[in-house]
Amino acid sequence: MKTKKKRFMTNLITYGVLILLFIVLTIMINNKSISRTLKGQLIPICSWIVMAVSLNLVVGISGELSLGHAGFMGIGAFTGIITSGWLLNGFSMEDPTLRLVLAIIAGGLTAGIAGVLIGIPVLRLRGDYLAIVTLAFGEIIKNVMNCVYVSAEGTTLHWGFLNGNLPGTLLLNGPMGAVKVKTIATFTAGFILVMFSLVVVLNLINSRSGRAIMAARDNRIAAEATGINITKYKMMAFVTAAVLAGMAGALYGLSMATLLPTKFSFNESINVLVFVVLGGIGNIPGSIISATALTILPEKLRFLQNYRMLAYAVLLILVMLLSNNPMVKMLWRKLIPGRKREQSGEEMRA
Amino acid sequence: MVFLSNLVNGISLGSIYAIIALGYTMVYGIAKMLNFAHGDVIMVGAYIVFCATQYWNLSPAVGIPLAMLVCTVLGMTIEKLAYKPLRQATSLAVLITAIGMSYLLQNTALLIWGANPKVFPSPFSMDMIRLFDGQLVIKPETLITIAANIVIMVALTLFINRTRMGKAMRCVSEDRGAAELMGINVNTTISVTFAIGSALAAIAGLLLCSSYPMLQPTTGSMPGIKAFTAAVFGGIGSIPGAMIGGVLLGIIEILGKAYVSTELGDAIVFAVLIIVLLVRPTGLLGKPIREKV
Repeated sequence: MKTKKKRFMTNLITYGVLILLFIVLTIMINNKSISRTLKGQLIPICSWIVMAVSLNLVVGISGELSLGHAGFMGIGAFTGIITSGWLLNGFSMEDPTLRLVLAIIAGGLTAGIAGVLIGIPVLRLRGDYLAIVTLAFGEIIKNVMNCVYVSAEGTTLHWGFLNGNLPGTLLLNGPMGAVKVKTIATFTAGFILVMFSLVVVLNLINSRSGRAIMAARDNRIAAEATGINITKYKMMAFVTAAVLAGMAGALYGLSMATLLPTKFSFNESINVLVFVVLGGIGNIPGSIISATALTILPEKLRFLQNYRMLAYAVLLILVMLLSNNPMVKMLWRKLIPGRKREQSGEEMRA
Repeated sequence: MVFLSNLVNGISLGSIYAIIALGYTMVYGIAKMLNFAHGDVIMVGAYIVFCATQYWNLSPAVGIPLAMLVCTVLGMTIEKLAYKPLRQATSLAVLITAIGMSYLLQNTALLIWGANPKVFPSPFSMDMIRLFDGQLVIKPETLITIAANIVIMVALTLFINRTRMGKAMRCVSEDRGAAELMGINVNTTISVTFAIGSALAAIAGLLLCSSYPMLQPTTGSMPGIKAFTAAVFGGIGSIPGAMIGGVLLGIIEILGKAYVSTELGDAIVFAVLIIVLLVRPTGLLGKPIREKV
């Protein structure tokens, strides 16, 4: 009972802090007291937060290492761009907000369908084999997106595979990706998407299904013996994460004027995984903080010029080494006695 | 004839993948970790050979052992500094550290050698080999790669099966705790594994850049991922598996690019991997995972 109350409080604080931050940032944008680089990063930060939260659902809550999460983001991004361009060209829908909402929904839907199709074979595997297959799917998605051409002529969409000779306005240009995208994504939309994904993920974790997902993670055999349908619940987590990643992708895609398919490569999947691990596996507020910090950090390190990514790499290694150092862990436990039980629980899981 | 030439090229590319995959699979078998920085050790090895032959005017006969030495030291240092403190940590923590290492190596290379791709001159100065009245032309690099692969495979199999260190490696991969109780120095064994893997990576870097002469800081990452795929394809942890997986993957990639579509070559490779894993969930030669209650 007590832990339930505590979890409720943590969630409440998370929502509260986010809403407060949103209000402060909106006021700052209106006052123009925010630096241009930070302002430009606000929408990407929102999409990376959604990516990190959704990947945490797979890696942390469901306990499956996924190395192809950026693939879903890519599907969402390009679906979003196609939807938005199609609605503008074919139906002359001028209202950017409506187009954005429809694009995000379309992005989430297609990524969700891809999630189901990929989840069926992937979730039959275990451990590192599962990880490598998600990696493979991510690479396949990227590779196929490199070959797809889409154009809109009136209300009809023309599709071409390895063939860019299409009538009408070209929306997707194979390896050149999407060009001259109307950037309709807004920070408010990004914030709403972050809140939406939080509500979905936190409620899923604290529901009957969420407990079943975690039971399947902690002990597959015991969970199966108590009558939990492992595949169903793993699938639920995987597809939810895919839908959210697709939505994040649509938001991200519609905030960039040009977008290459190679953007959604293995490296991006790894980046999101870094957010999740540094923020704490299974820790949703942690994912939000680390996604924000690690998106801003490389920009803040710009004064180091060429040494920027080097410094990032060194920081990453040092954080991992320090956070796993037994002495630092002990010190941490002494400083925050309340975390004692949680910590030992984490170790047992590992 | 075209098919035969493609097949030879495929085996050659596959041999490179196999040599890289050996590094992945040995480290995985013994230290139970995915060493994502392995692909970048390849790149470092290739750069060292490049520097030795182009800048310092050394002969390849000196440059190649030098690259192997540098990579061996590099591999062991990485293991000591970054992975050894994490022996007790979760596998994800080690994975992220390995990724950090990969970034570190790539960006250090970027600072030292710059982002511009360098054209890697082949250190093997031999004539093209013409067979069947010149219908089948094979580059000397291709044959050297395949020969190197066979030599490495035989040597490694002998090492693992006939020497004391090899025995220690097999023990540690089977049960680390029990091996330690039997008086095997686990740390030394893991160090030696990294040393061998990294030395092989240097050779792989040289062979890779001799056949595909473009060298830049990201050269190692894609072959690294493919070789990792090859290791899983053959059953990760199994040395003959890495060999078979690597060669098959190379053949599939070249034939896929030649006969299906150039753009979709990588997608075909990964699709075949997925199909194989669905039929045999632990790879071609992997041991089945037994469930214990």
